[in-house]
Amino acid sequence: MNLFPLKVRGAMTARRGKILVGPVDLDLLGVGITVVMGPNGSGKTTLLRLLHGAARLTSGQIEWACDETQARRNQAFVFQRPVMLRRTVLENLIYPLQMRGVSRALATEQANDWSVRVGLEKMLSRNATTLSGGEQQKLALARAMMIKPRLLFLDEPTAALDGRAMREIETVILAARAQGTQLILSTHDLGQGRRLADEALFMLHGRVHEHASASDFFDAPETVQAQAFLRGDIVE
Amino acid sequence: MGDLWAGLSEAFRLLVTLDGDLVEITLRSLQVTLSALVIGSVIALPLAAFLAVRRFRWRRSVIAVLNALMGLPPVVVGLVVYVILSRSGPFGVLGLLFTPVAMIIAQVIIIVPLIASIAHQSLRDLWSDYHDLLISMNVTQGQKMRTLLWDARRALLTASLAGFGRAIGEVGAIMIVGGNIENATRVLTTAIALETGKGDFALALGLGIILVGLAITVNLCIHWLSRTEQEGRW
Repeated sequence: MNLFPLKVRGAMTARRGKILVGPVDLDLLGVGITVVMGPNGSGKTTLLRLLHGAARLTSGQIEWACDETQARRNQAFVFQRPVMLRRTVLENLIYPLQMRGVSRALATEQANDWSVRVGLEKMLSRNATTLSGGEQQKLALARAMMIKPRLLFLDEPTAALDGRAMREIETVILAARAQGTQLILSTHDLGQGRRLADEALFMLHGRVHEHASASDFFDAPETVQAQAFLRGDIVE
Repeated sequence: MGDLWAGLSEAFRLLVTLDGDLVEITLRSLQVTLSALVIGSVIALPLAAFLAVRRFRWRRSVIAVLNALMGLPPVVVGLVVYVILSRSGPFGVLGLLFTPVAMIIAQVIIIVPLIASIAHQSLRDLWSDYHDLLISMNVTQGQKMRTLLWDARRALLTASLAGFGRAIGEVGAIMIVGGNIENATRVLTTAIALETGKGDFALALGLGIILVGLAITVNLCIHWLSRTEQEGRW
């Protein structure tokens, strides 16, 4: 089962008559990690939510290679501010699988595995809300990976984290890509964009301003605004 | 002051001698109120969760009405239940009037809006936390409601205890539908009302002190059983 190629045609989301994102026309082939860049308020988060189906599609189409239910079932989303269930770390990890009817024993086995991969194996019985910001984001990432998504959305996953936590999270992201998971990641960290991107989307004023392979985008951006953004200028 | 002291010593005497009537009406108070509490919680808590996660046309109106009904006058509830259960009423054939069942029905009607409103407040806050995550995980409405009810269980306990407090001290409704019949529907509150009317302040005060003690004991027991105040728990 494959989600890609993804075809987006004239997709738009609006709230109270104000267009937040769109119209967006986009073809994603699923090349690995798609990095969405752009200044604050350019619509990165909303674009991710729109593709994920968490924001209302006011008009236009988003077509996956498979049917929509299947596509939704095989996606997970990691939020900029991690949402912790008021339960233990272990309970957080097994929650998505339990909701899909997986037995507790089997889910726990996988949770143990993932807790080691993100370095939370000693905290399984801690309350998730008492974890530090970095630990919470690692837990959110592991929890998202528990369902073995074919596509993982990450909305500025390391925006509030220090270098070490960022490296741990990027390691997990790269491991996921190596196993064939597609990732769509928004960031305003240029370094992170360069480190991770296979292709890049540049958002501005709620629209996709530029869409190119990573090497093309970072070495020779086509639009003036993207050039300015990559130079570190303020783009409005 | 004299009456107060007399009340205290009467309460002491009733407790120490384990007065038969006292034990009977105390147990009936507990039976009626705890039954009403369990039934009321089973109705009110899922209702609160439903109102938190579902968006439907009349949602705001339902919540507003529930909030308003928190102040429902027990006497009016008693009157309505009386009319419904009386011989000529729609459920007259069941013969429930002047039985503990009628008292439980009246109390359930009184506490459901209270428990549902308080529970809804905390579930709504939790839902605004969880909303994005649970939407993203594509869980069903039922799963959303169960998740909220489970993760907010400490706050829901408070809601239920508020319902217990209202029911155990309630006199207007159960007096009307129960009739305060000795050995049948007499409970602590109706006995207090009766003894006060008869002018036996010492006995009335004694019963009152026992009622307050009972309410405190039940609250402490439930908190202790659920370990609410333990560190690091919700």
